[in-house]
Amino acid sequence: MTKELITVGRKLSHNPSQPLSLLLIGQDTQEAAHEAASLGIDVWVVDDISFAESPPERYVALISAICQQETPSLILLGQTDMGRDIAPRLAARLGASVCMDCVELAIDPDNKSLLQSKPVYGGNAIAVWASANHNPQVVTMRPRVAKPAEPTSRKGKIAPLTVELDDSTIKSKLLKTAKEEVKGIRLEEAKVIVTGGGGIGGREGFQLLEELSQILGGAIGVSRVPCDEGWMPASLEIGQTGHTVSPELYIAVGISGAPQHLAGCSGSKCIVAINKNPEAHIFKEADFGIVGDYREALPSFIEKCKALLSISDSE
Amino acid sequence: MEIIVSVKQIQDPEIPPVKFKLDAESMRVIPPEGIPPVMNPYDEQAVELALRLKDKYGGKITVLTIHSETTSSIIKHALAMGADEGIVLADQAFEGSDSFSTAYILSQAIQKIKDYDLLFFGRQAADWDEGLVGSIVAENLGLPLVTLAERVDIMKGKLKVKRVTLDGYQVFTVPTPAVVTVSNEVGQPRLPSGWGIISASQKQIPVWGASDIEADPSQIGAAAARRKLVKLFVPVREKKCEIIEGKTTAEASIKLADRLRKAGVI
Repeated sequence: MTKELITVGRKLSHNPSQPLSLLLIGQDTQEAAHEAASLGIDVWVVDDISFAESPPERYVALISAICQQETPSLILLGQTDMGRDIAPRLAARLGASVCMDCVELAIDPDNKSLLQSKPVYGGNAIAVWASANHNPQVVTMRPRVAKPAEPTSRKGKIAPLTVELDDSTIKSKLLKTAKEEVKGIRLEEAKVIVTGGGGIGGREGFQLLEELSQILGGAIGVSRVPCDEGWMPASLEIGQTGHTVSPELYIAVGISGAPQHLAGCSGSKCIVAINKNPEAHIFKEADFGIVGDYREALPSFIEKCKALLSISDSE
Repeated sequence: MEIIVSVKQIQDPEIPPVKFKLDAESMRVIPPEGIPPVMNPYDEQAVELALRLKDKYGGKITVLTIHSETTSSIIKHALAMGADEGIVLADQAFEGSDSFSTAYILSQAIQKIKDYDLLFFGRQAADWDEGLVGSIVAENLGLPLVTLAERVDIMKGKLKVKRVTLDGYQVFTVPTPAVVTVSNEVGQPRLPSGWGIISASQKQIPVWGASDIEADPSQIGAAAARRKLVKLFVPVREKKCEIIEGKTTAEASIKLADRLRKAGVI
């Protein structure tokens, strides 16, 4: 995500009067700082506990103190667990303008205001906002809308930054951070994702999807309905309130294609839809489709894939 | 436990995409015909979580909304679900308010209500999909904040809040009063009971205007907005779906596998 933000920031900071810097907060950040510097960006390093160990409130205090010191005109964050939480409160504290979950940023050639595009109404529409002369501005970017920055010949400078923080002002306490065990490949890294929706009808149906995803060396995902119904864990959800993914192949099974779901997968290179309903919206987003029951489609599809990939049943 | 839940009326977000229409000229979404507006689903889940707390620990729930009219069907709905009191904030001066002004109006009203332990908000409104207002209210009132909550318990006079993350969860403790934004993992909100509907219809719902909450006119309405909407459009989908056909679904799916192999994706 950070590398994507560097790409977004670099597009906007052409002139030297508006340099782009990376704020790195955490412990033992040397390696990360050098990696960032190799991407040609100057790095400010704040030696402090990392986000995973501190309440967001503390992060807001830290970043706003730095912003008051360094007065950036634009603060970029990812629309992540952290970004979603701290961006609104950070903006409020700084008296800044804010836009969440942007997919594109541009400078208005006429009045130089920052144009912020973001999906609204569950992805049914795109809104473009202009916050003229309102400094600073806080923006969170949707993951995977920009390419990660590549190393450059210019090396960035690394400089330490110190901030005074009165910890007695932090009222919330983080007791625990738990990660659910992910079986197999993480959704964000999967080249193939097989996703099931309400049309699967229950937990049992997902066995076929799991078999297919294994054969294709991919991961399994779900839309909102299977989470809400308790068929599958919420940690597998793809969409506006879950993961944002962009695999090479996305197989949507029994998914109607609500914009809220497509928000999480429309960056996929190839979308295949299998749905009983020929009118399902997913066919408007898909590259290939089958109109039919997945219970009839998947077994022969799985067999054919095995044959194509030369996977024998004994393996 | 005194809980205030802020709720918003929006166009039904579950409408099929074909029914979604907007007027690009006026940059407004056209309400779909015959489909009534609803309470933002995430706010309804916030009401549900508040009711679960009340069921367990007792207390009072007040629901608050900013609305263009002086009566609000979503406040009635929340009362019918089991909330105790409702307040509508209605004033022409509120029109065109952005998230900061909205948070300011709600903060003023919350300060007027005065007695509260917990402020609940939905994680975001399903129209503009930002998730700003609850967090800004926390900042305005100087309160601790936990976002994306799935569960809240009371532990030794403090709140224990489970926050949903992408690949797991976090647990926070915060002193009261506090702000919590509620995530969809809360699950299905309860349906109003028959008795709930009857008692809700008999409740008086006060309407507060800008002067009732001592709102500073420079902080509210379109003029106070920190950003301006310059364009609203429906993205064009250029994809054309190749439907693979066969005598049977099974046959079609064999062809699909071949087609995907040819396309180089498997």
